[in-house]
Amino acid sequence: MARPRPTARAVVVGVAVLVLLLAAVLGPTLLDDQAGKVDVLSARQGSSSAHWLGTDDLGRDIFARTVVATRLSLELSLAAALLAALVGFPLGALAGVLGPRARRAVGRVISVAVAFPAILVALFVCAIMGAGSKSAVIAMAIALTPIFARVAQTLAAAIATSDYMDNARVVGIGPRRLLWRYVLPNAAEPLISVTMVAAASALIVLSALSFLGLGVRPPQYDWGAMLSDGLERLYTTPVAALAPAVAIVFAGIVFTLVGEELARLANPMARRAAGPRRAARTTRDDAGAPAPRSAPAPAADDAAAAHADDAALVAAVADLEVTIGGGATRPVRGVSLAVAPGEVVGVVGESGSGKSMTALALSRLLPPSASVSASELRVAGVDLRRRPAAATRKHLATALGMVFQNPMSSLNPALRIGTQVTEASEVHLGLSRAEARQRAIARLTEVGIADAPERLRQHPHEWSGGMQQRAMIAAALMTDPRLIVADEPTTALDVTVQKQILELLKDTRERDGVAVLLISHDLGVVAEICDRVLVMYAGELVEEGLAADVLRAPLHPYPRALLASIPRLDTPRGEDLATIPGQPPAADADIVGCPFAPRCAHAREACGAQRPRLAEHRPAHRAACLRIGELESDPMNDGAVSIKAVGA
Amino acid sequence: MSTIASTAPPAPRARGAARATRRSPWLGWIGRRLVQLALGVVFVATAAFFILRLLPGDPARTIAGVDARPETVAHLRASLGLDRSLPAQYVSYLGDVARLDFGQSFSSHRDVTALIGDRLLGTLLLAGLACAVMLVVGVAVGMVAGAATEGGRRPRVEMAFGFGNGLLASLPEFVTGVFLVYVFGVTLGWLPIAGRGGPDSWVLPVLALAIAPTAALARIVRLETVRVLATDYVRAARGHRLPARLLYLRHALPNLLTSALTIGGLLFAGLLGSTVVVENVFAWPGLGTLVVEAIETRDYPVIEGAVFVLGVMVLVINTLVDAALAWLDPRLLTETA
Repeated sequence: MARPRPTARAVVVGVAVLVLLLAAVLGPTLLDDQAGKVDVLSARQGSSSAHWLGTDDLGRDIFARTVVATRLSLELSLAAALLAALVGFPLGALAGVLGPRARRAVGRVISVAVAFPAILVALFVCAIMGAGSKSAVIAMAIALTPIFARVAQTLAAAIATSDYMDNARVVGIGPRRLLWRYVLPNAAEPLISVTMVAAASALIVLSALSFLGLGVRPPQYDWGAMLSDGLERLYTTPVAALAPAVAIVFAGIVFTLVGEELARLANPMARRAAGPRRAARTTRDDAGAPAPRSAPAPAADDAAAAHADDAALVAAVADLEVTIGGGATRPVRGVSLAVAPGEVVGVVGESGSGKSMTALALSRLLPPSASVSASELRVAGVDLRRRPAAATRKHLATALGMVFQNPMSSLNPALRIGTQVTEASEVHLGLSRAEARQRAIARLTEVGIADAPERLRQHPHEWSGGMQQRAMIAAALMTDPRLIVADEPTTALDVTVQKQILELLKDTRERDGVAVLLISHDLGVVAEICDRVLVMYAGELVEEGLAADVLRAPLHPYPRALLASIPRLDTPRGEDLATIPGQPPAADADIVGCPFAPRCAHAREACGAQRPRLAEHRPAHRAACLRIGELESDPMNDGAVSIKAVGA
Repeated sequence: MSTIASTAPPAPRARGAARATRRSPWLGWIGRRLVQLALGVVFVATAAFFILRLLPGDPARTIAGVDARPETVAHLRASLGLDRSLPAQYVSYLGDVARLDFGQSFSSHRDVTALIGDRLLGTLLLAGLACAVMLVVGVAVGMVAGAATEGGRRPRVEMAFGFGNGLLASLPEFVTGVFLVYVFGVTLGWLPIAGRGGPDSWVLPVLALAIAPTAALARIVRLETVRVLATDYVRAARGHRLPARLLYLRHALPNLLTSALTIGGLLFAGLLGSTVVVENVFAWPGLGTLVVEAIETRDYPVIEGAVFVLGVMVLVINTLVDAALAWLDPRLLTETA
């Protein structure tokens, strides 16, 4: 059987455990004489071949004493941890299966008990039982019991209500098998972890008790007792204190590491993930990145020509490439687009088509693992291909507003709405707090928030999702931007609220002349407010044109198929809806020809070999398809009918 | 959460409800917490009460010693009130505790309350200073490390940080204390190693207490920083092109603080326990040295008083930490605990 090779870490931990075990098992047998031999003549010696770590005040060998003390130190702490486990686990498991009220009450008691420092509880028990190793172990066990109870309670509750337990019960698996096959494997990892963590803390607190003179008493000695003796003679024989100190730290770390390793072995998922992590080399905004392997989409020339009046455009992008993790994944492959002032441009595509990545690249908000290259990347006249200077950053900040998909998570839960709406105008426009507040009230009222002055003081959780999105839009409008990039602004909202938000964006454009780049997977949303529409597929633009043209008479088979898949009132009942068979290619796939060819009803051999260029087939209406000429002669509904409808 | 169609003016009832949720939650929360705190104090007092009563055998005999004369034992028993029924003892004990009367020390014959009063401030200041160091340094180091390793950047820095942190976090406070005394007291001779004197006498005890919890806190804060920097709201704040200062301090920090303070609160309670031990490393006049001496000399009135005060301190700290958490995250206020 091929066992996975142990990791370097596991080997180190194994060796460390072996060292501890050898010291504990053999130490007292081999070195006891040396450790106990009083030899005043050779007291307080430094390191020598006879005494590796020198000798203490009575001439006893410090190395031998430290090794001999291993057994007692480990025995006592493991005994305390096991005792605590034996008491704590049943207690907690019992509490876990109680009724809800009793469970909550017991839970409260356990959390108060867990919050009590173990050493204080141990001191309390020692006060009753007196000093000595037996009372120290019992004290420690009592102090650690709540930790085990807490873990057992949580586990019992989680496992008892889990889906896999329900399933197992439904298929009639007996209680014993249930325990061995279902409960224990799922409980093993946390049980092992908590036991080793408890053993480590038992070791430390027991050492502390001995250090305080309340634990192990002479003539016995553990590391804590040695440390206490050594501290008094720190000026004469410091090693006598430092050796047991190092031993305590070493053993504590070994306990913790053993717990982690055992937990890893018990958890198959973690074990698989424990392989060498691929270091994701990341370069942010790396304009000078090596040219992408495939030639940029051939739209470059056309785009450049179309963008001749660049200065007037609020956004101009050419040959945008986004790569993740050093180039393996390419979610955006050579996209070019332009947004004129006051224009509403929609970008549509399925999830994974690269539309959101395009929006984030345009606003320099991609995560650090992504890198961007483009022959042109300009927003409001600012070249974003390299990090802009401070002044241009300020210009960009005021000229570009962002609205994100999920207003619930895009508003900071810890800050008042007012702060979040006003801060950009305070920072970038230099408004005073009062001015910014007045402006925020005006903007919020514009976007339909009643009671704005009062509402500003509230936190996001006091607002509904629709209101939160209105607040996001108001915040984006605070600096009088020229472009708002709205990434799926209505997806997370109810249908009625969606409609309101779209109306709001439309009004905003009409009132303030703001351009909007609207990213959406929803053709209906795009149809509602866009002047122009871009269709993305597999990181590339496949069609672009006026919204009316693209949505009413698409050229490319992909948007044709998309439109055909929308149910209409006049779709005959009982007829299956057209769907597009297959899946879009993965973002790390190498695509030679047309990315849509494998799913296209009209694909010919050439489609798989030659990359189609985005070309103008009707006035201001461009598509990237080799067969447009032939398809164009077909009536529009041909496209819809000829889709390979699944199940038809 | 009510979905108010905000094109229409909100109904008066909804507005009233919004106002009510803004004022009442603290009152209810404080009420609940005070009841819990009171229950906790009674529990701690009960535990202190039983220290003496749970002594093996006859407590009066145990305290007086095996060779004490019967009259002495009887006298001691009467003076401790051990001759009365347990419920009667309990009621009068609770009354004494309410008046902060813990009786007289067996050994010094001083008022236990006065003894504790002398020592309390030393312990509180030590633990409080260590806690302040832990919070400031732990959060700062964790955030810097988190910002540096955000989104899987600089895996080497992340590894080095994890290793150093793990090592420091696993140093027990008394071991750290011994190391510090050896390096800065014995070897370098820079700082005093025992007793409470000038400002320099505070350095080593505070450091000994703070190092391990600071490292533990920094680890959590780094993880949380990485998590928070990847959230939608930080992306939205980046979309506003805020300067780094606002991005980290205003947007990231409050969202880190909830978990940092949860961990910090647990660590703070633990710090109180560590203080008891560290005081004994540095011969520091505090509750820790007091209670350990008292246990060694079987000075039960002092043990009872010190155990009570330490227990109440833990309860108060936990309550204050919860209050801070609720202040940071108002959603906690309305949650039924």
